[in-house]
Amino acid sequence: MPDFTELWSPIRLTLELATITTILLLMIGTPIAWWLARSQATWKEAVATVVALPLVLPPTVLGFYLLIALGPNGPVGWLASLGGGRTLAFSFEGLVIGSVLFSMPFVVQPIRNAFEAFGDRPLEVAATLRASPWDRFWTVAIPLARPGFMTGAVLGFAHTVGEFGVVLMIGGNIPGETKVLSIAIFDYVETLQWTKAHILAGGMLVFSFIVILAMMLLEKRIGRPGT
Amino acid sequence: MTGREATIQAAFTGVLGSFSLDVEFEAPMRGITALFGPSGCGKTTVLRCMAGLQRLAGKLTVGDEIWQDDAQQIFRKPHERPIGYVFQEASLFPHLSVLKNLRYGARRAEKQGVELAIKETEIVELLGIGHLLDRAPLALSGGERQRVAVGRALLSQPRLLLMDEPLSALDRMTKDEILPYFEALHEHLSIPIVYVSHDIAEVERLADTLVLLDRGRVLASGPLFELEADPSLPLLRAPDAAMTLEGRIASVDETYALTVFAVPGGTLIVPGLQGEVGSLRRLRISAADVSFTLVRPQGTTILNCLPARILSVTGQENGGAQVNIVAALGEDGAGARIAARITRKSQDALGLAAGSAVFAQIKSVALLASGSGHAVERLGKLQQRSINSGSVAE
Repeated sequence: MPDFTELWSPIRLTLELATITTILLLMIGTPIAWWLARSQATWKEAVATVVALPLVLPPTVLGFYLLIALGPNGPVGWLASLGGGRTLAFSFEGLVIGSVLFSMPFVVQPIRNAFEAFGDRPLEVAATLRASPWDRFWTVAIPLARPGFMTGAVLGFAHTVGEFGVVLMIGGNIPGETKVLSIAIFDYVETLQWTKAHILAGGMLVFSFIVILAMMLLEKRIGRPGT
Repeated sequence: MTGREATIQAAFTGVLGSFSLDVEFEAPMRGITALFGPSGCGKTTVLRCMAGLQRLAGKLTVGDEIWQDDAQQIFRKPHERPIGYVFQEASLFPHLSVLKNLRYGARRAEKQGVELAIKETEIVELLGIGHLLDRAPLALSGGERQRVAVGRALLSQPRLLLMDEPLSALDRMTKDEILPYFEALHEHLSIPIVYVSHDIAEVERLADTLVLLDRGRVLASGPLFELEADPSLPLLRAPDAAMTLEGRIASVDETYALTVFAVPGGTLIVPGLQGEVGSLRRLRISAADVSFTLVRPQGTTILNCLPARILSVTGQENGGAQVNIVAALGEDGAGARIAARITRKSQDALGLAAGSAVFAQIKSVALLASGSGHAVERLGKLQQRSINSGSVAE
């Protein structure tokens, strides 16, 4: 009977990475999505394009540049050294940075769409009801964009769980630090540990199915009038 | 105090695309002022500027408060203006219940230390929305939604209520159902209302003051009755031209089921028992229903036949078939004005001109709505009736 306890480490690491990434993405992505949805600036589509680049770029390209940026000679690595760190490449923090960039479009796009979908009217209504811009954002824009936030969060989380190329480039394969699920599966297949690969891969399949199904059901319930 | 009555003074100029707006008007701090004109004349833009939702160069003072003055670089943002704004579509917050929608502005007013003079219970009753409070906005009918939107705007404790064609998205039946509520507000609340409309029927029912707009300019502004009678304005030339006048019930003839209204310069008889003696109602006389005779007619079925004096005759210069005549009731011509559309041939034959003494025969007088004072009582009756018969038709 092989020892399966080692399987927990990549699972826990993956969930941690995806959770932290999703939280950061919601915090960073929301203002970006708001600006993209509301700004009249002509160059905003250029910003939108930059955000959307990871959709098209091979993950290895992004991973390559990130490796350079996060390394000891890169700008981010240099910043890290100021804080007393060494390098962010091949570290969990580096993975988080990479994942945030890589999954950004999956979070920003649905939130932006949701902000655009309800138009100016609800915000104008709130303004005429004595609500300040900040007040309007929290009490009208955020609740009305809730489906967008849900979709963005699920996609961001799922995409981070499933990423492989970027992680391989900047994270390497350090158990407990950067060895996430997708890398672990790859690793087990390479070393012909089919049972472990099966358990992880099957688990991912079931987990993904359950998460997406749950979100869809939840969204349907929220969207129903009378709630 | 200057002794001068407080007013709303607005002036806005600007270019929006291919459209230029240059308006200036004054409205009283009470009653309903209608911004009236054809679609695309800029009335909604003016209203949005008053709310601060849109910014054009100009000036706006409401009573003793300056809301915008470019010279002094004053511009209050919409949330800093004590306004209520009712949009064309009700625009209720879909994520909040009716009650939470109603309280959205009220809660903020309270936090900002504004006295909640307009009470929730009062508004809920006035608008007949008590049974809707727990519902979601999506579960309401169009008319109900618009009533909630009005209530929500009022509960934010505005000093000025702005309404942008609040009935135009509704069908005829729903409009007729809502208008009595608006009339009740008109009477019950002392907040001035600026009401944008392109429907003369709404204006006739509701407005006290009229600002007539056309292609971004103010054609005229003043009391509704005066503008309706002004031959230089398009109102009188419109195919459905009519005059509205306030009448007080002088007596009720129960035998024949008639109500006698006292209007300036005479009395008018209206079919049906229209209320208690002493109460005010708004009446409408269509120009098509008025004809003139030089001597008091005998043996006619027309009940309303009053001495009057002609003030103006217009429209004859174009060689058309019909002319527009404005006359004032009473032998001295000092009473309420009525308009008539008659053929140029008859005008020529009778030699009608400004100053002619005539008898006005009025074929029908329509009761528009309560003029003032009894709207709330009337509202109560309407509600009762709608419960009894499922209809609120007047």
